[in-house]
Amino acid sequence: MIELVQHLINGLSMGSIYALIALGYTLVFGILQLINFAHGDIYMVGAFAGFYAIRFFGFAEHPSWLALGVTLLFAMLGSGCLGWCIERLAYRPLRRSPRINALITAVGVSLLLEFSGQLIFGADPKFFPQILIFDGGWSFGELKLNPLQILIFLISIALMLALDWLIFRTRMGRAMRATSFNPECAALMGIPTDQVISLTFVLGSALAGAAGVLVGLAYPKIDPLMGVLPGLKAFVAAVLGGIGNVRGAVAGAMILGLSEEFLVGYGAPTFRDALAFGLLIIILLFKPTGLFGIKRAEKV
Amino acid sequence: MNPTAPILKVDGIRVHYGVIPALAEVSFEILPGQIVALIGANGAGKTTILRSISNLVPLSSGQIHFLGEPISGLPTHQIARRGISHVPEGRGIFLNLSVEENLDLGAWAAPNARSYREDLETVYELFPRLAERRKQNAGTLSGGEQQMLALGRAWMSQPRLLLLDEPSLGLAPQMIERIFELIQELNRRGVTLLLVEQNALQALQIAHEAIVLETGKIVMKGDARALSKTDEVRRAYLGGYL
Repeated sequence: MIELVQHLINGLSMGSIYALIALGYTLVFGILQLINFAHGDIYMVGAFAGFYAIRFFGFAEHPSWLALGVTLLFAMLGSGCLGWCIERLAYRPLRRSPRINALITAVGVSLLLEFSGQLIFGADPKFFPQILIFDGGWSFGELKLNPLQILIFLISIALMLALDWLIFRTRMGRAMRATSFNPECAALMGIPTDQVISLTFVLGSALAGAAGVLVGLAYPKIDPLMGVLPGLKAFVAAVLGGIGNVRGAVAGAMILGLSEEFLVGYGAPTFRDALAFGLLIIILLFKPTGLFGIKRAEKV
Repeated sequence: MNPTAPILKVDGIRVHYGVIPALAEVSFEILPGQIVALIGANGAGKTTILRSISNLVPLSSGQIHFLGEPISGLPTHQIARRGISHVPEGRGIFLNLSVEENLDLGAWAAPNARSYREDLETVYELFPRLAERRKQNAGTLSGGEQQMLALGRAWMSQPRLLLLDEPSLGLAPQMIERIFELIQELNRRGVTLLLVEQNALQALQIAHEAIVLETGKIVMKGDARALSKTDEVRRAYLGGYL
């Protein structure tokens, strides 16, 4: 029982990281029908932006909640700017060309970021300094909790609630949903759709940047290729929940995080990475619209 | 502004889809307060005219002026904000949003945000069905209700000029009657209209002016009543009756 709860918490914590990344895939897909394969690398750049912010402010010597807040802010700003630039420079010029062009460009941007990362940050893994100190763990009887994992979960949930509020409760969110449903009609309403698309990239990228820092806290090694696998897994999570569906992406990510954790915990740790891709094959075979996706008729 | 100056002036516009010409040297003017019907067979270029006014298709040449200012080449959303509301073919309802959210989006282009409440009340007064269904998903509305929503949403943007593309398409005869009454009501409340219709008979009955289009060219224009009495129009578009 104790073990089960332990796995549950680990799984939710990992799932919430996947969720933060998966949201970016699903937001961008919802609005442009584009799989932004560079998204995992934006998450990596977020982690490095956080890393350099910590170095610059010397937070490693003075761990505090403030340090965490500032680091998260810088990571989100850095990856948000990067997302804005990528959309502006790589995808917008291709807006009217066939979809496959943008897809290939996305793979190109991804490689560009990975190898520029190696050039600029160095290929060797860097140690992500601890900016929060907890005195041991929290124990409830035999149950030992890692405060960091709870924290990751709580911060992720807060960010996701903020995003949900923005999308479903604000004027800008309404404009985003309208643009995602039909960009041409949204423009006819007077909505500046190019700005809405930019904002979508910035939001998705900022969430990935936050995920980069949170992962750095829990698994303190970062390198320029760290985005590849989590990026692909988060993509699977987004497909699992029904790509384009914001709440579905979160659900898909939690399911993936939990199943990975249970797989590792109950006997088959070597199959951890195979699980996500096995799931992908199964979904594409039996329910290509994902768990919460709705089949939308092709527009003619 | 001079009340007899045209609200919209379309001047020698040409549009091509690839190499295929869709519009050849189309020119016309719309005076404020009028309903202008644009009629013609399928593929004559009626929808293309509306789409070129909103800059959803680029002009190959020509100029479009709205309220005396050139608008050709402006981004679509800025044209909407200047007071041209365009209800596209198929109504363009956001089926993933609620009725009220759709109306809210209409107000994006409204020059005066302060009269939002008042505009919303007017819409619910004109279209009581929408008030009953305000929280409902727009995808659950019938075709006629969706057309009402499209008109209400257009009203929310406080338009000077309303472009309507086939408002009667796919509706039952009774509903068509109702929609045409509502179009006239919007006109009485000060909206100028450019109306594209297959249903030439009904369009000519409510319009002041009419433009007849054939394969991308204007073949006739003038007083709607007079046009509907000419032999060419009666044979080609009214099935011989009227």
